[in-house]
Amino acid sequence: MYWEKYYFAQSIEETLELLKHYEGDARIMAGGTDLMVQFKYNYLSAKVMVDIGRIKELNHIRQENGHVSIGATTTHTALATSPYLQKHFQVLASGVRTIGSPQIRNAGTIGGNVANAQPAADGSIALVALGATICGISPDGPFSRPIESTFLNPGECALNSTAELITSFTFPAPGPRDRSAFVRHSRRAALALPIMNMGLWLRLNEEEDGIEDARIAIGPMARVPFRAKKTEAFLRGAKLSEAVLDEAGELTFEEVSPRDSFRGSAAYKKELVRVYLKRAVLEAVGERSVGK
Amino acid sequence: MCTQNEIMFTAEAKESITFTLNNKEYTVPVVPGERLLDMLRNRLGLSGPKEGCGAGECGACTVIFNGINLNSCLIPAERADGAVITTIEGLSEGIEGDLDPVQQSFLDHGAVQCGYCTPGMVLSAKVFLDHNKSTPVTRPMIKEALSGNLCRCTGYQKIVDAVYACAPVKGDPEEEGEV
Ligand SMILES: Cc1cc2nc3c(=O)[nH]c(=O)nc-3n(C[C@H](O)[C@H](O)[C@H](O)COP(=O)(O)OP(=O)(O)OC[C@H]3O[C@@H](n4cnc5c(N)ncnc54)[C@H](O)[C@@H]3O)c2cc1C
Ligand code: FES
Ligand code: FES
Repeated sequence: MYWEKYYFAQSIEETLELLKHYEGDARIMAGGTDLMVQFKYNYLSAKVMVDIGRIKELNHIRQENGHVSIGATTTHTALATSPYLQKHFQVLASGVRTIGSPQIRNAGTIGGNVANAQPAADGSIALVALGATICGISPDGPFSRPIESTFLNPGECALNSTAELITSFTFPAPGPRDRSAFVRHSRRAALALPIMNMGLWLRLNEEEDGIEDARIAIGPMARVPFRAKKTEAFLRGAKLSEAVLDEAGELTFEEVSPRDSFRGSAAYKKELVRVYLKRAVLEAVGERSVGK
Repeated sequence: MCTQNEIMFTAEAKESITFTLNNKEYTVPVVPGERLLDMLRNRLGLSGPKEGCGAGECGACTVIFNGINLNSCLIPAERADGAVITTIEGLSEGIEGDLDPVQQSFLDHGAVQCGYCTPGMVLSAKVFLDHNKSTPVTRPMIKEALSGNLCRCTGYQKIVDAVYACAPVKGDPEEEGEV
């Protein structure tokens, strides 16, 4: 028996009240794709489930006041098939499209993906590349903070899902010179964890022949989604050319320090980031925009 | 003011759930902590959904849930409340009755060997075909749609052929590509 009581919360307020009432014995359930597996293998237990899947306002993709807002219970399928995201935020649409299988994407949510705090969660990597803010509500009131501050360790999130609720993720509305891409290396295309995944966001300069700003997130390279800050700094102000991209890949190779794991050796993962950094930029800007 | 023990929420944990399963309405008592898969198999006698892995990896437990395919091993049974669910049993009256065109096509193409994956495969194929009634269907699209359903016997080719044969609008039959 996985739980004793199962509630469908009707509102955000009710979610908080239920969690508070059960004082740590109740846990938020969204798609259940992580939780049901954790219950099966006894990694986790909870007496009371608070299902947030029926709270309408948590399920949305919208642009408002210069920001994009993605509701926490939006499924990976909804994100991957959103024409708006496909057009303006490739990194997110194609990032979540790589998750698991159609069945997993039909159930799994972006909020659960982040709350699960895996260093190579595809949704988290994409949101870190977008510089997203995580918005939620805790017993002390609403909060919003940079998404990166929520990741503490593999599987360990600064957010307590027995007391706090993620409501949405926000990031700046698309600019005309913004580009992004998601690249991933895995054993198979479906139902395979990434050996390496990378989210990239770029803002081109006004001439569109160079890079004004960049954000790069890579997994699994550290205990949390890794920001390639040295490469980002190098790309800021750089002109787009094959030589520059080769040099950028070299920098990324140097700044990551992955570990040997069942997914692949550290040396192999380092080689991967070198190759994929360049591929990601080419995918984001289009091969023709890059000079020799 | 609330006293300390006063319950401040109006939600109630349900004692029973009501749903439509294979075109029939059911109301059943809640068994706390139950998976949808167990409710279907153990309480409602439907052995079509199978347990392969119990962890979302194989798709043998696939059901159609409000029009989309889900792994019933990962769905709390409570969530069935208010839902419309189809299992393989809901597609036809069995071998004696009229088979669903997708089932018939699986037979015609020799796409079934041990049969363990077949209910899930057919249901994922149904959802895919329902969503692509006017889109030209290609083999890579079918492979992607069935990528959450594993088969240890057939090598997939005949399954893909069986689904392709059912597509109302067919794209390039030769198109291959990585999924
Ligand atoms: C077979 C399989 C393959 C997978 N493949 C991939 C993959 O390729 N890439 C990948 O990134 N992931 C993968 N996953 C992991 C998983 O599908 C995702 O992480 C999913 O997004 C989790 O979302 P959920 O809604 O199902 O979370 P749930 O299981 O409902 O919840 C997960 C955790 O988050 C908490 N939580 C959920 N929503 C909130 C919220 N709004 N506020 C606060 N806490 C919350 C829960 O309490 C729980 O602790 C896979 C899983 C399976 C079973
Ligand atoms: S039994 Fe549900 S996916 Fe394998
Ligand atoms: S026919 Fe045996 S698993 Fe597919």
